[in-house]
Amino acid sequence: MSTPTRVNTKPLKRLRRQRIAIQVACLAVTAFMVVPIYLIALAAFSSRSALNEFPQRFFPSAFSTETMSTFLSSTGVVPGLINSIGVGIATLVLSLFVGAPAGYAIARFAFRGRNNYQLFLLFTRALPIVVLSVPLAQLFLTVGVYDTPLAVTLLHTALALPTTILLTAAVFLAVPVDAEEAARIFGCTPVGAFLRVVLPLALPGVAAASIFTFVMSWNEVLGATILTLNQRTLPAQVLSSLSDSPLAFRFAGGFFLIVPAVVFIAVMRKYLLNMWGTTIR
Amino acid sequence: MAVAVTGRRPKRRLSPAFILILPSIIFMLALFAWPMVSGVAQAVWSPDGFTMAYVDRMLADPSFWQAVRNTLLLVVVLLPLQFALALVMALLLQARPKGTGFYFYLWAIPLAVSDLAAGLVWLSIFTDRGYLNSLLDAFGVGPVSWLSFENYGSMFFAIVLAELWRATSLVMVIVVSGSQGIPKDYDEAANVFGATYLQRLRHVWLPLLKPSLQVALILRTILAFQTFAVAQALTGQDFQVLVGETYRWYTALQNPHVASALALVVMVVSMVAAVLYLRLLREETGSGNR
Amino acid sequence: MTESFYTKPISRRQALQVGAGLTVAPFLVGSLSGCSGASTSGGGTGAFSFLSTQFTPVEEKQRFEKILASRVKDPKVSYNSMAVGDFTTQVTSQVKAGKVSIGMVGGLHGDLAPLAKDLEDLDGLAGEMAGTGVSADLWKLAKLGGSTTKYIPWMQATYVVAVHKSALEWLPSGADVKKLTYEQYLDWAIAAKKGAGKPVFGFPAGPKGLYHRFFQGFLLPSFTGGQITTFSSPEAVNAWTYMQHLWANMNPASTNYDNLQEPLARGEILVGWDHVARLVDAPKEKPGDWLMVPAPSGPKGLGYMLVVAGFGVPKGADVAKASTVIKALSQPATQLEVLRQNAFFPVVKAAIPADLPPAVRLEAGAVASQRASSNALLSLPPVGLGTKDGEVSQVFKDCFKQICKEGKAPAVVLGAQAKILQAILDEAKVPCWAPDPVTAGETCKVG
Repeated sequence: MSTPTRVNTKPLKRLRRQRIAIQVACLAVTAFMVVPIYLIALAAFSSRSALNEFPQRFFPSAFSTETMSTFLSSTGVVPGLINSIGVGIATLVLSLFVGAPAGYAIARFAFRGRNNYQLFLLFTRALPIVVLSVPLAQLFLTVGVYDTPLAVTLLHTALALPTTILLTAAVFLAVPVDAEEAARIFGCTPVGAFLRVVLPLALPGVAAASIFTFVMSWNEVLGATILTLNQRTLPAQVLSSLSDSPLAFRFAGGFFLIVPAVVFIAVMRKYLLNMWGTTIR
Repeated sequence: MAVAVTGRRPKRRLSPAFILILPSIIFMLALFAWPMVSGVAQAVWSPDGFTMAYVDRMLADPSFWQAVRNTLLLVVVLLPLQFALALVMALLLQARPKGTGFYFYLWAIPLAVSDLAAGLVWLSIFTDRGYLNSLLDAFGVGPVSWLSFENYGSMFFAIVLAELWRATSLVMVIVVSGSQGIPKDYDEAANVFGATYLQRLRHVWLPLLKPSLQVALILRTILAFQTFAVAQALTGQDFQVLVGETYRWYTALQNPHVASALALVVMVVSMVAAVLYLRLLREETGSGNR
Repeated sequence: MTESFYTKPISRRQALQVGAGLTVAPFLVGSLSGCSGASTSGGGTGAFSFLSTQFTPVEEKQRFEKILASRVKDPKVSYNSMAVGDFTTQVTSQVKAGKVSIGMVGGLHGDLAPLAKDLEDLDGLAGEMAGTGVSADLWKLAKLGGSTTKYIPWMQATYVVAVHKSALEWLPSGADVKKLTYEQYLDWAIAAKKGAGKPVFGFPAGPKGLYHRFFQGFLLPSFTGGQITTFSSPEAVNAWTYMQHLWANMNPASTNYDNLQEPLARGEILVGWDHVARLVDAPKEKPGDWLMVPAPSGPKGLGYMLVVAGFGVPKGADVAKASTVIKALSQPATQLEVLRQNAFFPVVKAAIPADLPPAVRLEAGAVASQRASSNALLSLPPVGLGTKDGEVSQVFKDCFKQICKEGKAPAVVLGAQAKILQAILDEAKVPCWAPDPVTAGETCKVG
């Protein structure tokens, strides 16, 4: 029997140190990202007088649901919530329906005017839409869909299309053409190949696009404010009046607006994160 | 087999690409064509016809040049920082530490926060009697006026920090979703052939990420030129930015013409940046084949 | 397989089918979400729509909605308040498109001025309300510089100074806090800054702050007797030099104060001038710690400015229906209730009751003594400027920025701004307004 050799533990220790360093870095980034959210929640659930103290406390000292309940019971908050959710989901569906095929076209076809088409999409995002307020409102008034969730859905879809199309294009680009052609060889129609091969592999990008679309629609204020009067989305109903309200209400409103979007991201994240990584099979 | 001479012109074939993009074109044109023309024309069209008076007015206002400087400075400083941070975050996640999914979720939460809430919370951190000064107070350091108009540097620092928090998640999510599609095989092969971590990063990972990076860069730049809500919440009108000036001319000064001129400036600058990115990071199509 | 999928042409028929499907489907989806959403304005469908810029803070809005519900039973009113920019967009776009669904609008004089040509003439209703005790000044303002009444005065307010009692220890000896002069106010600010170690006087100089009204209605009339005709006179130079000194002793965070009630409640400042509705929350917790006093007086008197809000009817809306609501809201009892709840004062003749909430009572006292002061000098907001109203305000804001924040010489700045102001007035072709002498028909000349 040979003498036992010393196991070189240096690489193992180095790996351990690396993993600890990574965890520490992750925690540092998490602290930066999460502390402001914690502060919003803290302020939303503090009593009004606690917000005026100095030095401010970092831990809940006077927990109170008073501002939240006043905020929630003010006119139009719950109907606004319903409208916002409806508009958000409708925007999501519509923008994916219109945008994903276009993203596919950009990724797969080198058609003439591809760059111009992409620039055309970006025009609408590049212009601050505040200067379009009156013409947009007039357009919707003339067509007759003013003050409906449909109007807001259409506007939000138009605002979300550039992101959706460009993002899905970027992800479709990464899916190998060979896989699609293989599916076609084995008898799929082009649409079938798309649905069965490309879409599953592109799911992270589609999930990312849907997160952005929903969150953008959820938080969008200006368009929703000018296109509706009595059937407003939550930000339109609440944000423009919140800016003059006392500090406590601004925090309560801000917090309340975050919650559903956060829930949506939680739902979508498992489609976004492919835990095992792709391999070329 | 005889070729049938029919004398007819061959049928036009519609390229499939055109059909796929047609709905989006129709949608955008129907919704935005007339408002864009009408809204943008206001910048050069007065009741008496074509005029450069509004553009001149915009250029003569000293606030305009201040706003241009501030916005450019903001974009030039913020973008590299955000991309560096987002890449670091994506790389950290790639190393698959314990709790990857949880970290990713927490890091994506700022995406859900609206401009108002983001401005509000960072204001409450930086204001004279806010959280940061409370923290300093615990160490005996006197309150610092972070947001005072006399302190350009600290105002800028506060805005950069707040925007870094608010908008880096966008880039991170795009980069992470893009990197999900990168097959592990290339990385492993490079590792087997002796590439160091940095070499793998530079020669395998980043190039494969180019499409996602291009999209993130374009989107983030366009949005960065429109930074407004957080800057206004933190500093009022002490740190003027282009979109802030647009709003000011539109609502407070009731002058939609000069506001349109300003909006045009923002749009042109953003589009120039987008064109540059599209050229510099040109990507071939359909290239699943590498 | 010689042809790859990507180059094989699709027949025209297939193309049309796919294209039609892809184009129609989105609108199908969209129409599903179009079947009416939930109503957010509380009145239900068919209710009378009252759009306004007032009472945007959440609690003020809730209290006013309660007043509407209890005092305007028919028709049911659904109240929508929003920022002035969105308000203007809604009204102008509806009138332009010819599809007006708003029943009535309400806003400050400055909010309604740009909408003058989009509002119905209300001379008939004004005639019916002649006996309600609304002052002649207000009826004149309500013409928005034209010849017909464009809005019915709704409520009024003014600006006062809020004082936390702890600041009284630095008050200069011999000064009566209820009858200060500007010199005493400055001395007080200097002493307070020295005593407290930091400046404790505040000023609403934020983006939405009303600091331009201080210059237009308080500082300049008190020093020069006028607003426009004495704009660059030597007395105005004195006024702005004074302001430079005062600003040096004020909290610099004021450049981000849109209202003073929050900084006052937080303790960041102890004394400040602002609109009554933007001060009323400060004494809420401990009314006993607070005083509300009239603004200081200067060499030419105690200049003060009125804030007027009015009801308008957009062109194309039902004037008769709106008249019912307007008359209901102009009842003395209703207006006093608005005073109690939201600190806006009645325009009709109504005795101020004794049972006001403490904060409002403090303010009512200050307002009354300000108005009744022997050397009171009433300033009105600019009349007849329409969309140029914002630009005139901007002139005064720019004066503040260049003289106080950037430290430039007052005489130079006033000279340059006077030219800009004259250009705006020449374009608008309006005569002067109080406190300047009014000569109808002549464009106001900047002095």
